[in-house]
Amino acid sequence: MDRKLGVYICSGCGIGESVDTAKLANVATREFKAPVCRVHPFLCSSEGVEAIRQDIAAGAVNTLVIAACSPRMKTEAFSFDHTAVSERVNLREQVAWCHKPQDEDTEMLAEDCLRVGIVKAQKTELPEPLLETISRKLLVVGGGLTGITAALEGAEAGYEVVLVEKEPRLGGFVATLRKRFPTAAPYNELMTDGMARRIEAVSYHPRIQVLTSAKVARIEGQPGLFDVTLRTESGESRVRVGAIVLATGWKPYDATRLGHLGYGLSPDVITNVDLEKMAAQGSIKRPSDGRPVESVLFIQCAGSRDKEHLPYCSTVCCMATLKHATYIREQNSSAQVYIIYKDMRTPGQYERFYATVQAHPLNFLTQGEVTNVEKTAAGKLAVTVKSTLLAETITLEVDLVVLATGMVPNSADGEAIRALEDAERAAAKGESETQRAEAAKKVEELRKHKGTEILNLTYRQGPDLPVLRHGFPDSHFVCFPYETRRTGIYTAGAVRAPMDSRQAAEDALGAALKAIQCIELASQGRAVHPRAGDLSVPSFLLQRCTQCKRCTEECPFGALDEDAKGTPKPNPYRCRRCGICMGACPERIVSFRNYSVDMIASMIKAIEVPEEDEEKFRVLAFVCENDAYPALDIAGMKRRQYDASVRIIPLRCLGSLNIVWIADALSRGIDGVMLIGCKYGDDYQCHFIRGSELAQRRLENVKETLQRLQLESERLQFVQLSINESDTLPTQIDNFVNRVRELGPNPYKGL
Amino acid sequence: MSVPSALPTFRNGKPVLVIGGGIAGLTTALEAAEVGCQVILAEKSPALGGRVARMHQYFPKLCPPTCGLEINLRRLRENPRITVLTLAEAEEIRGVPGNYEVTLRLSPRFVSETCTLCGDCAQACAAEKPDEFNYGLSKTKAAYLPSGNAYPARYVIDRAACPEGCKACQEACAYGSIDLSQKVERKTIQVAAVVAATGWAPYDATKIDYLGFGKYPNVVTNVILERLAALDGPTAGRILRPSDGKEPQTVAFVQCAGSRDDNHLPYCSAVCCAASIKQATYIRKLYTQAQITIFYIDVRTLGRLEDFYASVAADPKIAFVKGKVGAVEQDPGNHDLLVTAEDILSGKKKTQRFDLVVLATGIVPQTDGLPAGFALDEFKFLSVPEGRAGLYSAGCVHRPEEVSAAVQDATGAALKALQCVSRSSQHG
Repeated sequence: MDRKLGVYICSGCGIGESVDTAKLANVATREFKAPVCRVHPFLCSSEGVEAIRQDIAAGAVNTLVIAACSPRMKTEAFSFDHTAVSERVNLREQVAWCHKPQDEDTEMLAEDCLRVGIVKAQKTELPEPLLETISRKLLVVGGGLTGITAALEGAEAGYEVVLVEKEPRLGGFVATLRKRFPTAAPYNELMTDGMARRIEAVSYHPRIQVLTSAKVARIEGQPGLFDVTLRTESGESRVRVGAIVLATGWKPYDATRLGHLGYGLSPDVITNVDLEKMAAQGSIKRPSDGRPVESVLFIQCAGSRDKEHLPYCSTVCCMATLKHATYIREQNSSAQVYIIYKDMRTPGQYERFYATVQAHPLNFLTQGEVTNVEKTAAGKLAVTVKSTLLAETITLEVDLVVLATGMVPNSADGEAIRALEDAERAAAKGESETQRAEAAKKVEELRKHKGTEILNLTYRQGPDLPVLRHGFPDSHFVCFPYETRRTGIYTAGAVRAPMDSRQAAEDALGAALKAIQCIELASQGRAVHPRAGDLSVPSFLLQRCTQCKRCTEECPFGALDEDAKGTPKPNPYRCRRCGICMGACPERIVSFRNYSVDMIASMIKAIEVPEEDEEKFRVLAFVCENDAYPALDIAGMKRRQYDASVRIIPLRCLGSLNIVWIADALSRGIDGVMLIGCKYGDDYQCHFIRGSELAQRRLENVKETLQRLQLESERLQFVQLSINESDTLPTQIDNFVNRVRELGPNPYKGL
Repeated sequence: MSVPSALPTFRNGKPVLVIGGGIAGLTTALEAAEVGCQVILAEKSPALGGRVARMHQYFPKLCPPTCGLEINLRRLRENPRITVLTLAEAEEIRGVPGNYEVTLRLSPRFVSETCTLCGDCAQACAAEKPDEFNYGLSKTKAAYLPSGNAYPARYVIDRAACPEGCKACQEACAYGSIDLSQKVERKTIQVAAVVAATGWAPYDATKIDYLGFGKYPNVVTNVILERLAALDGPTAGRILRPSDGKEPQTVAFVQCAGSRDDNHLPYCSAVCCAASIKQATYIRKLYTQAQITIFYIDVRTLGRLEDFYASVAADPKIAFVKGKVGAVEQDPGNHDLLVTAEDILSGKKKTQRFDLVVLATGIVPQTDGLPAGFALDEFKFLSVPEGRAGLYSAGCVHRPEEVSAAVQDATGAALKALQCVSRSSQHG
């Protein structure tokens, strides 16, 4: 494209009082020969914006540099025709408001900001969007309440759906219930499930294809272009879908591991699932002799909230037990019911149901611990309970003991399966004896994952979604519960987290929405969250690829597969545009049309590095644009002052940092480099999962470069920052600059 | 460059109205707009973000809410399909699913969209008012920016706090952005569906007389503690005793302060257990010697929040005591607090002395001002009957719930709204 640069400098909001905008205009017109450069006292006003529009309309400019406030402000006012490249330079929050006015250093900073912005604009090409024909069909895996709801609601929004269930019938667990506990007003009476109606609706819906006794044999491709092979009794079939909802539900915790609570001792020690089955089939009787039940004891958290079993709370068991107590009561109004719990967990309006059940004089509920269960001579069960309510240990004789067992997700750990495959390969073909032995040990550890595949994705990163602790393929983010590390695949229901039927049905709606949204964004070639709408995609100059596999290994979203040699095979519709692959590549062959190694390197080159005798230091800060950059803005809004030697370069994610930039900067005489990114670790805050952690790890490699250049490692600093810690930023920056000053100037200045 | 467009059924359909710009409403608006719908987001206050914007950290990750809000606000800024109206309330809804007419009441902001955030109006303003963002713990000028991260990034003038006839702000504004003659306006819009996400308010703790809030300065509520812990709060993140600014060394959390109580809120507010556990970590991080006691009826940390509970409970300086607090008294000499509670484990009533008492007050649905048409349950939470189309709810206005659950059901509400848009555009 024939570049016609237009530089627009705002002198409002204190910028004009802080820096000499005429000098800034000189940078644009003399150094960069900008054919159009205007200084306006109120650029975001309608007249200011109109002047820019007219320049575009007249064909005078097609590459805009708006030097005014932060790009986080006035987005609407400064959004122009998308045929023009537009770049914002932050002269307000990050220059005028946080540095000494009319000061040489502030002036130099403003000029550098403008240079860097102009170079960035000049290096920006408009993205060419992906244009494949996208399938608008949804695949829903799992035909329980969640899957059925996702299918129905998606179809009602106008989308075709393929619903796959591994059992011969639809409905899952909820269809087997006698009744549901109250999840809607008035919250005090049991509800009929409504599943039969839903199953019928889904079975006859014109836009839904139901496959029962079916499995997913293989999924190839990417969002909008998933090619799914389904296996049923009548053979294999293929279907192309746009997005996938995983709703494979849960299974009850294995009660045979609960011998300490009496399971296996007598047929009269049963699980809550057994009780439900009995209730659904007719009446609740003692399994041992078929006699009616006069007294029942429920043991809550049987296996849940227990480090030896399931450390988490299974969420539904308290309400399920209260329902079961109601079944017993309906059947025999004089039966005695005991409920032994750790904490009764009936959140929100569910408290009403708890109060209703608790109010019955023959229901006795206590916090306590069951220490022993044994058979009595009379054929009953004697349960020893350390009750906190009564502050003593009591023994209760009952007809039936019910263990409220918890939920285990029907999930597969994609990363573990992949690791198992790698280990198996290494165990067989490892180079050395020790390597093979180590791999064999790993195989043993991971063996339980063998054959657990559900989606059978043909992804390099493994055949299923990654999971969080305890096997739930859930989002890590509080704010974004549908964030997924496998773009276009969304989990819903009890496989995602322990939840009840109401939550599962709602979750199905949310997951179906995200699946639809992914399809709609893909159809426009746009990214999904967190860079929703981004049209750019990375391109790979594969002739220069050395098959180092860093990009394929580090992509947090499994977007890159690889061939047998290790050459990456990009799947752009899986891509989230974070640029981690670009940062990973030592050959610098990955670039976006509007974000590249060359672009940032050129921006670094645009920074003026004063000669050593000027005694002016320069520090470069690569900052995460999602958190650290807004934190700097907030510091500016509070007029917090910090050292004006710092030059800020925002990155899409710190994980897109290519270490060549650090070498470039230091070899140009820049005195120090800071990286400011998100907190990492178990509770990481990086929106791209591991970006800041990867950047930190890459720093290890830079240390060699420093040694080669004979520079002190203190010239580099990595800062983990939360977005709300803007108050600490000025001090952290000042401290770093001062430390660099103590080290003295970078000896490479002027070379 | 040609960009294929979204399904025309959504793009050309009527908009969806979302009432409430907290995390739930914001989510519904964004999720619907990113599918391709037109959305009108109406917020009653001058800025989006609702309750979560005022929190220090989320449980269980202990991460700042502004991190996710920043991403959401960027999505919002970059999405031309969302129209944000602040100081806006829905007065009346007429019509049927797919075809509603809604009257909005727009209160004047007195500051136009040309505001540059320069802050000269606040500099010139002499009048002060309690800072609502800080639950009145500090003051702002009558010309003020609701918070540092406020969106829209525009000042607002609280005329009720202005001295008679004062025009200092208008005169100070170099950009002509202030117009003190603005009046209430009404606007009628046509929409396909309405999602109410009007959120919650903390229960008024002064009503729980025996817990001493409002009488004793060192009894605070959990929402106030969030502001004391927040780095952008009135104490810049230092949790100090209101009476004397002392660093608290002994802190009691009173769970179910008003909740699970037929005299106050008969329901459980669902989030207060995890919230207090989280707040205990704030104090422990600031003051390594501080001793904390959490008085509870049941600890309700459902699902994987149990991990969080277990990790905090492992701290030897945090004690969990099963027992309801019966009284909070003040030692008049030093403003210490004497908390009497039954310890169920020992079966005895005990009185203990604390520097600071935090009441875990519950969630009250904010349905005041919602137009007719929404059904309520006995607790005044919105209760949309299953299968009814057109009017939906999301977030804490329909049940007390944690943030991730609110975002989850707000995403689901977007799909229900989308169905209305799709149907209405297919049927003309």
